[in-house]
Amino acid sequence: MSQAASKAKRQYLSEGPEWSFELIQKYEQEIDKIAKEFGLDTYPNQIEIISSEQMMDAYASVGMPLGYHHWSYGKQFLEVEQNYKRGRMGLAYEIVINSSPCIAYLMEENNMMMQALVISHACYGHNSFFKGNYLFKTWTDASAIIDYLVFAKKYVQECEEKYGIEEVELTLDSCHALMNFGVDRYKRPVPLSAEEERSRQEEREQALQQQVNDLWRTIPVLGKDEESIRKERIFPSEPQENLLYFLEKHAPLLRPWQRELIRIVRKMAQYFYPQRQTQVMNEGWASFWHYTLMNALYDKGLVNDGFILEFLQSHTSVVYQPGFDSPYYSGINPYALGFAMYSDIKRMCEHPTEEDRRWFPDIVGKNWLEVLDFAMRNFKDESFILQYLSPKLMREFRFFGMENDVLDPFVEIKEIHNDEGYQKLRERLSQQYNLSYREPNIQVQKVNINEDRSLVLRHIMDGDRPLNEDTVEVMKHFRRLWGFEVRLESWGKDGLVQTYTCAQEE
Amino acid sequence: MSYIIDRRLNGKHKSSVNRQRFLRRYREHIRKAVEEAVNERSIKDLDRGEKITIPQKDIHEPTFGHGQGGTGSIVHPGNKEFSTGDRIPKPRGGAAGGSGNGDASDSGEGEDDFVFQISQEEFLDYVFEDLALPNLLKKELKEIKEYSLKHAGIVSDGTPSKLNIVRSMRNAYARRMVMNGGARRELKEVEAEMARLMAVDFALRDSAKVTALEEQIEMLKQKIDRTPFLDTYDLRYNHHIKEPKPSSQAVMFCVMDVSGSMTQETKNIAKRFFILLYLFLRRNYEKIDVVFIRHHTSAKEVSEEEFFYSRETGGTIVSSALTLMDKIIADRYPSDAWNIYTAQASDGDNWDDDSTTCRKILEDNIIDKVQYFTYIEITPREHQSLWYAYEQVQSAHPKYFSMRHITEVGDIYPVFRDLFQRRQNESSGQ
Repeated sequence: MSQAASKAKRQYLSEGPEWSFELIQKYEQEIDKIAKEFGLDTYPNQIEIISSEQMMDAYASVGMPLGYHHWSYGKQFLEVEQNYKRGRMGLAYEIVINSSPCIAYLMEENNMMMQALVISHACYGHNSFFKGNYLFKTWTDASAIIDYLVFAKKYVQECEEKYGIEEVELTLDSCHALMNFGVDRYKRPVPLSAEEERSRQEEREQALQQQVNDLWRTIPVLGKDEESIRKERIFPSEPQENLLYFLEKHAPLLRPWQRELIRIVRKMAQYFYPQRQTQVMNEGWASFWHYTLMNALYDKGLVNDGFILEFLQSHTSVVYQPGFDSPYYSGINPYALGFAMYSDIKRMCEHPTEEDRRWFPDIVGKNWLEVLDFAMRNFKDESFILQYLSPKLMREFRFFGMENDVLDPFVEIKEIHNDEGYQKLRERLSQQYNLSYREPNIQVQKVNINEDRSLVLRHIMDGDRPLNEDTVEVMKHFRRLWGFEVRLESWGKDGLVQTYTCAQEE
Repeated sequence: MSYIIDRRLNGKHKSSVNRQRFLRRYREHIRKAVEEAVNERSIKDLDRGEKITIPQKDIHEPTFGHGQGGTGSIVHPGNKEFSTGDRIPKPRGGAAGGSGNGDASDSGEGEDDFVFQISQEEFLDYVFEDLALPNLLKKELKEIKEYSLKHAGIVSDGTPSKLNIVRSMRNAYARRMVMNGGARRELKEVEAEMARLMAVDFALRDSAKVTALEEQIEMLKQKIDRTPFLDTYDLRYNHHIKEPKPSSQAVMFCVMDVSGSMTQETKNIAKRFFILLYLFLRRNYEKIDVVFIRHHTSAKEVSEEEFFYSRETGGTIVSSALTLMDKIIADRYPSDAWNIYTAQASDGDNWDDDSTTCRKILEDNIIDKVQYFTYIEITPREHQSLWYAYEQVQSAHPKYFSMRHITEVGDIYPVFRDLFQRRQNESSGQ
């Protein structure tokens, strides 16, 4: 090799582990260039360098740069701090927030390779996913979230000043207990806008109260026959799945500010709703792209061998999947499954086998970038797995499905990774990511508006699975917001199975 | 477009409000843990943070979810030997393989108790929460020998070393403006007049007037120059006043019976009590002296080591210790400069006729000088004469004298809290 050539080859962006702001900028620009070549569409990036203490703060507030005060975040913080100090847990390398600009945190303790990895993973992987995936597009408004958080924090603080920390905390506790049931699953929500929230908040307070008052009007309406009155007063006319929304709109005794607090928690739940449904897809996408981008850096001769080896070591441990019998096993690793699936889709586009042609005639031989982009945009975990999990991967992961009946002293292996099993196994795995399978189906069934205002929640059982031990506790929270007696009925295939009530308190 | 921002300088204690909220919510748990810690910890160890454990059931935030039971389905990776239709006996306790509720444990360790650390400062806050040193005000009313200097504005008299230059110069400047302002204005006018005259051709000039003006200018200039740049009444001095300083030093007398009847265990109980008092005083005073007096039939001032660990036998004369204490106060700790606290521990033994003497010494000599005198009797047995003698003191001086009975280690902290419970009528600010 000639002198010149070897010199040209050694145009590394950096050598050694130290990072600096200039270096981060240089890497970021290079990664950006490569990402553009691959056609990744992202929000602008805002990269923030923070210390490990600040990372713990960020953890405690579910990654949000700011949030209202609540003891549960303090608990979270103490938990993280304790685990971190005892060395039981490393901090995540990054936190990234679905906002525009997309905020990503880099820890100062990390070396240059890790910073580059995080930039690829968060600022290009997650970022493009936030911008492209249909769930995020429909359910969240990246440009408004930070403003809304500011609004929420300020509002909660004002409430605390006016009504006392204690009172506000009680209401928030109850809202948090029902947070997962504060989401419209099928209806597209109105986009968030802090500006509007602020300006309309007062108006809304009045309007809400008005609406509530209407429902509880007891003066008989003249000129209607008995039948139509009774019909009119079956309430709610349809079961309501969004429990928090129902409480916000219809709970008779809540004060306007309490309704507003419910709304705030509801909006937060809404915001996190897509994340809960796209774990595999989101982490897989980010992992796929950090892998691809970092390798591209190496292929371009921008980083040296040490850098890429260190990266690979890190990457491998991120996407490692221990078997079910391993002491390290704690369920399916979303990074591992997601990364494997995107890589597998790319493989099927480029180097399909006979089996792939049979299973995935639509994508074989297509441009992998387009296929991947389509997959990222139009699915959630459940449908993504159902659509794209290939027999090859099921074999590689050595997946097997089981069914467990509490009364049976045995568990039965229903299917394994073989020809008879693939289809069913894939369905079973997909179902596991279905939120409505993971969470019980509980809806507001009926309110006794003419008499004691008691309310009935109906739980429609899935596979005879009962509710957990928290049920009565959560119902107490529900009752606190509703203000009157609450009953919960579990309905199985053959009718009513169990009724929960919460004893009178307060 | 990307921005890179260094946030490391931003506050890192963003969670502290939430942390405080959390501590407040679980204050009962923490208080209990602190109480246990105070009783159980080795004595040298009292002064540090504490690990607080809260049972998961108390801290758990409930949500609706699926419970155990019914039919569940799950997919696991890593199959080695299973094939379709295999039936596997469930492991007892329903571990990984059996928990078929579809909720593959994504929370690694659900059942552990919640454990966290509070700092030394917080620990002591909880230990001494709601406690107050009685009679803190007393010292301020007495004659005070310690003073601190405090700024008290600006005066026109003082020593050169306290000259306030800025103020003085400002005054001088103002005075000069006032004193020669007229002269300067006049000078300006005359000079303008002069300039006008000089503008005229030399031949036509009114030379008499020019001369007059020149004289006038000369005079005005002299007048201006005569104004002193700095005059004595410009001078301003910083003023300091002496402010009586509330005495912030305390002396703590530890008085203990070391006669044969006192066992090592009793001494340990006493020691714990002394240490609690010491820690508490340390939160209130900058400087604390500790004087150890031990006694059997005669009293002696000793070192800490000797105080706690050497044993003697013999009878007990409590008054000897009180007399010695009175002497030490007179010699070294004048009560107008020192806050004096006494903690006496004993098993209640005393020469019968000595108890009256004790009461007399206390009432006549000591009680007026101390902020607070606490007596703890550590005995499982009946009270003896000393207790009854002291009871009289207590009823005569309830504000300055308190006594309690302790039978075992567990009593110390509650008794301590009881002794120093913030009194209703006392200012909460202290």
